[in-house]
Amino acid sequence: MARKILTEHINVPGIETFEVYRKQGGYAAVEKAIKTMSSEEVVEEAKKSGIRGRGGAGFPMGMKWGFLAKPEGIPRYLVCNADESEPGTFKDHHLMKSIPHLLIEGMIVSSYALGANKSFIYVRGELMYVIRILEKAIEEAKANGFLGKNILGSGYDLELVVQPGGGAYICGEETALLESLEGKRGNPRNKPPFPAVKGLYQSPTVVNNVESIANMPWVINNGGDAYAAIGIGRSTGTKLISASGHIQKPGVYEIELGLSVDEFLNSDEYCGGIRKGHYLKALVAGGSSVPILPAHLITKTAAGEDRLMSYESLSDGGFATGTMLGSGGFIVFDETACIVRNTWNFSRFYHHESCGQCSPCREGTGWMEKVLHRIEHGHGSMHDIDLLVDVAKKIEGNTICPLGDAAAWPIASAIRHFREEFEWHINSPKEATQPGAVFMGAVLA
Amino acid sequence: MTETPNPVAFTPERLAKVKEVIARYPEGRQKSALLPVLHIAQEQWGWVSSEVMDHVAEILSIEPVEVYEVATFYTMYHLDPVGKHVIEYCRTGPCCLMGGEEIYDYLKQKLGIQAGQTTADGLFTIKEVECLAACGWGPVFQIREKFYMNLTRERVDEIIEELSK
Repeated sequence: MARKILTEHINVPGIETFEVYRKQGGYAAVEKAIKTMSSEEVVEEAKKSGIRGRGGAGFPMGMKWGFLAKPEGIPRYLVCNADESEPGTFKDHHLMKSIPHLLIEGMIVSSYALGANKSFIYVRGELMYVIRILEKAIEEAKANGFLGKNILGSGYDLELVVQPGGGAYICGEETALLESLEGKRGNPRNKPPFPAVKGLYQSPTVVNNVESIANMPWVINNGGDAYAAIGIGRSTGTKLISASGHIQKPGVYEIELGLSVDEFLNSDEYCGGIRKGHYLKALVAGGSSVPILPAHLITKTAAGEDRLMSYESLSDGGFATGTMLGSGGFIVFDETACIVRNTWNFSRFYHHESCGQCSPCREGTGWMEKVLHRIEHGHGSMHDIDLLVDVAKKIEGNTICPLGDAAAWPIASAIRHFREEFEWHINSPKEATQPGAVFMGAVLA
Repeated sequence: MTETPNPVAFTPERLAKVKEVIARYPEGRQKSALLPVLHIAQEQWGWVSSEVMDHVAEILSIEPVEVYEVATFYTMYHLDPVGKHVIEYCRTGPCCLMGGEEIYDYLKQKLGIQAGQTTADGLFTIKEVECLAACGWGPVFQIREKFYMNLTRERVDEIIEELSK
């Protein structure tokens, strides 16, 4: 069995309560950090751990903490990004509903490290029941002296606020999240200035993902070096992977980074392989925004080595033959899945979720969706394929935030690897628009 | 369907909650309470009318337009009256792979309405949502604060029957 950092106690009955969580060793990291370490030492451990942001971008967390401006007399903020909305990704949801105190403990340790006296957990509004769970956990932690004034008699004060969002994928982008937290539309801000200098209320702010913060109690209890010893290369530690689609056992799994894709997909400990009687057609490894890969590129890298679940190995070969670890949203497609229909579906998502601030994204996502709609419904022309590639290229890199890229990559990669399937939809519209019709040519060849 | 009374006023319990929420933020930053307060308002009236938005603006000491532009941006706020139970159905890719489209068609057929519509008895409204972050447990929909996962036709029948009582 692989080592577990986040999910070791997740199935213990009653773990959502303070009492049971505490019995499993919970809140020891708060005691250790606050009583025996300076805030700088906590930051140092985060740096040593090498942990990279688990929201998708993969930026080293300790380094991000190191950028935080610390002028005297101005408050600093820690904001937890719990706006998980990327199709295929549901790990933070799982973590927060099952073991809320792990996040609360991580927030206390991290806020102490950053010198924040008020911190926020921004949760997507759709997860209202999770918000209630977190609010209850906060009350319990407060009643036991781990939150509020003078925590454990240390003189350190921390107030933790759960902020319900209004339901928008864009609010997962850190500056849009801050705008939303200030009671505005979730429009991303221009950077610089970065949040570390001017974030929430124009004060220095760190925005971290739920999973990143939930790792901190373990890092403090065991040391950053111990964390860095797990994993592979610059992909240190463990990672929660949300597995969905045509597999035997969908669910959230904690893996050590460096596990092979093949083992994750096929072993009984994890996904348990493709649905019985079917075979793998394609896979999205890191949430809907990352490039889709066909079966033959999934288990081997461009260099011919086994492809591993790590930031580096998954991106090996660039976008020509690789993809990204992203947020760990592992979506599996067997031969019954229509790539064109799925691409159209994803494009609807990005069109719907674009905030509309930048023209290339606002106009481009809608344009791509329309073109994909007509191809899927049998009214496309061969010119449409090149048009899609062209529009995707014009959005990529030309927007304030990465939503434009996220909208463009799935489409560009689907055409790159499954062009024949798009052509079939255009050339054989009668067959392609039959209910459940799927292109089999390239797969069987 | 709930009509917005005139003048608009929160119940004493909800007003207390609103004040508690406003107190969470630093002084002068009470606008941060806007999203949570709109959620509370929607809880009370079922939807947020322009009268409700004006009232929220007054409570937060901000301009009404600041409330309008926010309420129209986020999809969770209902700007028109809705049924007693709003079924927010996830129509996104991973749920579709798990049979989401078929179950969705069944639900619409069963209730005799399309997305955005309310049943004649005012009981159900269907609203499409994008990815509910429950992909491995799909198909899913949620009604208020409750998630319904691994939906099948039989399960849909049970839920609708239960909520129709």
